[in-house]
This record gives sequence, structure tokens and C-alpha cells, in this order.
Amino acid sequence: MTSLANVLPRRAPSVLPGFGPALGFTLSYLGLIVLIPLAALVLRPWELGFAGFVAAVTEPRVLAALRLSFGASLIAAAINAVFGLIVAWILVRYRFPGKRVVDALVDLPFALPTAVAGVALTALYAPNGWIGSLLQPLGIQVAFTPLGVVVALTFIGLPFVVRTVQPVLQDLEREVEEAAASLGASRLQTMVRVILPAILPALLTGFALALARAVGEYGSVIFIAGNMPMVSEIAPLLIVIKLEQYDYAGAAAVGVAMLIIAFAMLLVLNLLQRWNRAR
Amino acid sequence: MPADAASPPVPAVDRRPHALRSAIEEPAWVRAILITIGLAFIGLFLVLPLTSVFVEALRKGLAAYFDALATPDALAAIRLTLLVAAIAVPCNLVFGVVAAWAIAKFEFPGKSILITFIDLPFSVSPVVAGLIYVLLFGAHGWLGPWLREHDIQIIFAVPGIVLATIFVTFPFVARELIPLMQEQGTEEEEAALSLGASGWQTFWYVTLPNIKWALLYGVLLCNARAMGEFGAVSVVSGHIRGLTNTMPLHVEILYNEYNFVGAFAVASLLAFLALVTLILKSLLEWRYGHELALPRR
Repeated sequence: MTSLANVLPRRAPSVLPGFGPALGFTLSYLGLIVLIPLAALVLRPWELGFAGFVAAVTEPRVLAALRLSFGASLIAAAINAVFGLIVAWILVRYRFPGKRVVDALVDLPFALPTAVAGVALTALYAPNGWIGSLLQPLGIQVAFTPLGVVVALTFIGLPFVVRTVQPVLQDLEREVEEAAASLGASRLQTMVRVILPAILPALLTGFALALARAVGEYGSVIFIAGNMPMVSEIAPLLIVIKLEQYDYAGAAAVGVAMLIIAFAMLLVLNLLQRWNRAR
Repeated sequence: MPADAASPPVPAVDRRPHALRSAIEEPAWVRAILITIGLAFIGLFLVLPLTSVFVEALRKGLAAYFDALATPDALAAIRLTLLVAAIAVPCNLVFGVVAAWAIAKFEFPGKSILITFIDLPFSVSPVVAGLIYVLLFGAHGWLGPWLREHDIQIIFAVPGIVLATIFVTFPFVARELIPLMQEQGTEEEEAALSLGASGWQTFWYVTLPNIKWALLYGVLLCNARAMGEFGAVSVVSGHIRGLTNTMPLHVEILYNEYNFVGAFAVASLLAFLALVTLILKSLLEWRYGHELALPRR
């Protein structure tokens, strides 16, 4: 269907009415709600001057927060890549009781308000919580440490890998696996050499989406993190703290730094998707 | 997923020779291990936190639970949350439909950039979403002095909360409709117009029935996020009890005061909303999956 559309000449100018007003409204609404406010953010830190901007984002406390935000997000996205792949695999390939419920539940982190997730995870992992009390004798503390940040970000990023890998697995033709098997490949070889390359782009896309979401996450993290400066303080929290001190330019500088890094990741994501489509 | 109803991954009667079938299936013990790992992960990260919300809320019994919900501050937070969603969701609903009409039904240069811009709020941290409005309308913001002169308060007031909520829920409806309407093309609308229908009639009687389930799907997700948004709203709200406190912010305040039953009671309402959203969303996917955008088939 898409290949046909590419071969056919571009559609003739539409006879449908309303293009002018519709596009006009779209652009004005987009401009007022999204673009102009974002421009205010991007322009604000420069009142500090370039040196001031660099100084603001290379402050040790800011660097520590950015490092924690991106480091914990990478770990959480990696956890989700491994377990999300397993969840997608069992949802597509196997049958087990409660499968539909599990499938629906995967989207819970999209639907559950982040503050609710935050207090729930904190209650679970606090030293007197259901999980925290089990880990306490082992000397592992999750709540109020960077480990807690990873737990919260894993929760938040859980649906992305599952939902990007699932449709690709569903469309995978079993005949290819049969061919591999009949040519003498073991099941493990088929998995690693045939199935994994086919789903790798989707897996990477899901990983990048989970990472991007985790970096900006605030609500689910601040309860479980303990928010100790230099240790368990995430970058978005630092923005809030700077705003509370009326350091608007400093807050905007951290915001712009996060935006630049997020844009870079979005770019990589688009390249990955293009690579995915070109295959 | 809707597809497993139509084509079960493992057919009930598999006519392939036994040797081949076993060659493209994992041994039973591998399957058992993978299912156990997958379910353990889901249980640990999704089921347990969700359950704990309700358990913590009911820890001191039903009476304490309802007492916590009946406080004036909690009721004010519920009212404000409903009000904000009642403004933000229709705004983005109208925007989503109009934007999808322009993008899906017409050809123009710069279309893919426009779609990228519409998706932009999803890749911006919620805190940054709040921050941009503080920079515009706050006391030290671009328009701050002018607003103060005219006695208009946006930040630390309801308009700021509404704006921040509109920002974070901006793409939901549009991104459901654009791929679907692109796929549907313009033939049906052109037929209606050539038969003498007006533009509005064409929209109401041809386009809208074709997109209604996708529209509902987008509104459902938009509403869940609008009612549950925390980061963006937290930055612009000022946390004034009874005035600018939404339900998620109220959870935070009660939690920080060690009023755990109260915090989890309000949280349980939001968790309940999330469950209802998930159930309706799954129903839409199972029942009308073919009328939603492509990836969900």
C-alpha cells in the first residue's frame, strides 16, 4: 500500500474546504502554547552571557544532577530493554492465563499519575515497606538512594520497549524461522542470528524513547530519591529549586541544557527509525 | 493486543510436521522460565505498586479512608482537577481535529516539521513545561510587569495550571488522528462534496464517524494525563491549599506531612482513574482496533 503510494504521482490539489483556516488555527495555537514559550526558555539564559551560561550549567551541583539524571536513565532504559523484550516475547509467542490482563497492564505507567507512582514505590521500598524490609537484612537500601531513582525510572519507562517491539514481533514471518531451522540452525542460533537482528531497530527505538522519558521525569522520582544534593538530586528538581530561589536565568540554563541533550537524543531516535525503515 | 484474537500466535491445530514445529519453538522449560521472568517483572514493577496504593489507603479502615477524602482541601483539589481537565481536554480536542484535518487531508511543504513540532511537548520534561510559563508570565518573566499592572495573575493561579496542562497533553488527540486520517485519504469527503454536501456537513456526517473511536482514544489518554499531571503543574501552581492544589499536588502535600492515609486515599482515586482508563483503552483496542491508527492493529 505504501509502496503503491510512492509510485503513484503526488495527489492532485485537494478540493476539500477549510485548509486555510485549519492550518492558520493549527499554527497559531502551536505558536502560542508551544513555540513562543519555548523561545522564552531558550532566550532567557543568555542574559547571563555565554560565559555565565557555561558557568551555570557546569556548577558541581548541576553537573552531579545531570550525571545522575542521565546515568540512572541509561541504566533504567537498559533494564527495560532486557525485560521489556522478554515481556513482549511472551505476550506475542506464548499462551498463559491472564495474558490479556498483563497486556493491558503494561500501559499502567502511561495512565498512572507520576506522583501516585512515586508515593507507591516509596512505600514499597522504604526500609519498613514490603520490598524494603526484605532487602534491609541484605544491606541493600533502595529508597532515598540513587538506586531508588533507577527503580522509579524503570517503572516510568516500562511500556516503551514492550510497545515498540511487540508489533514487530507480531509481523515477523515464522517461515523465516522454519527456513533457518530446516537449514540446520539450532533454536538459539535462529534467535540470535535471525530474530534478534529483525527486532533490533525496534528495540533500540524503545530504548531511546524510555531514555528520553526518564531523563525529564520528575513526579515519580522526587519521593523515592531522598533528594540529597550531589547524591540523589535529579536535574528537573534542580530547576524547581532554582525557581524557588528566583534564579530564573539559572533555572532556564539547566532547562536549556536538558533540552539540548533531549534534542540530540531525539535526533538519534529519528536516525534509528530511518535506518529501521530503510532495511 | 487485538491481533491475538484474530490470529493466535500458535494455531490450535498446527499442521506442520512435528520436527519442524519443535524446531521453531523453544523447549517447554525455556518457555516456563521466560514466562516466569516476564510475569515477575510485571508483578514487581506494576502489580505491587498499584496494589500498595489501595492497601496503604485502607490501612486504617474504611472510615478513615472516607474521612480523608471528605476534607475541604481534598474536595477542593478534586474540584480543581476536574475543572482543569474540563478546560484543557476540549482545547486539545479541537486543536487535534483541526490540525489533523489540515495535515492529513492536504499537501503542503513543511508538513513533517509541523508534525515534529506538534510532538515536541512529549519530549520536553514536565518541569521544563512549567518553567517556560513561569519565564513568560512569572513575576520576573517577560510579561510579568505588564500583567501586574493590569492585575492579571497567571502563575500561582488557575490559568497557569490550565496552560501547563494544555502543554503536556498537547499532542495526544492530534497524534491519534493524523496517521488514521492520512490512511483514510480524501475520497469519501470528495464524494460527499460532489453530491452537494457543504463543508461542515461533510465533516459531521463523513469524517467524524470515520474517526470517532480514534478521537475517543485520544481524549481518553489526554484526560488521564491532564488529571494526573504533576511536574508541570507543580512548578506553576504555588501549592496554595484549597485554591491552586490539584489532586496530584495534594497527594504530595499530605505525604510530606506524613499523613499517609490521606495521601494514599487521594492517590487511590487517581489510581482508580488510571485503571478505568486502561480498561476503556483496552476495550477500544479489542473492539475497534481496526478503526484506530495503524500501529495498534
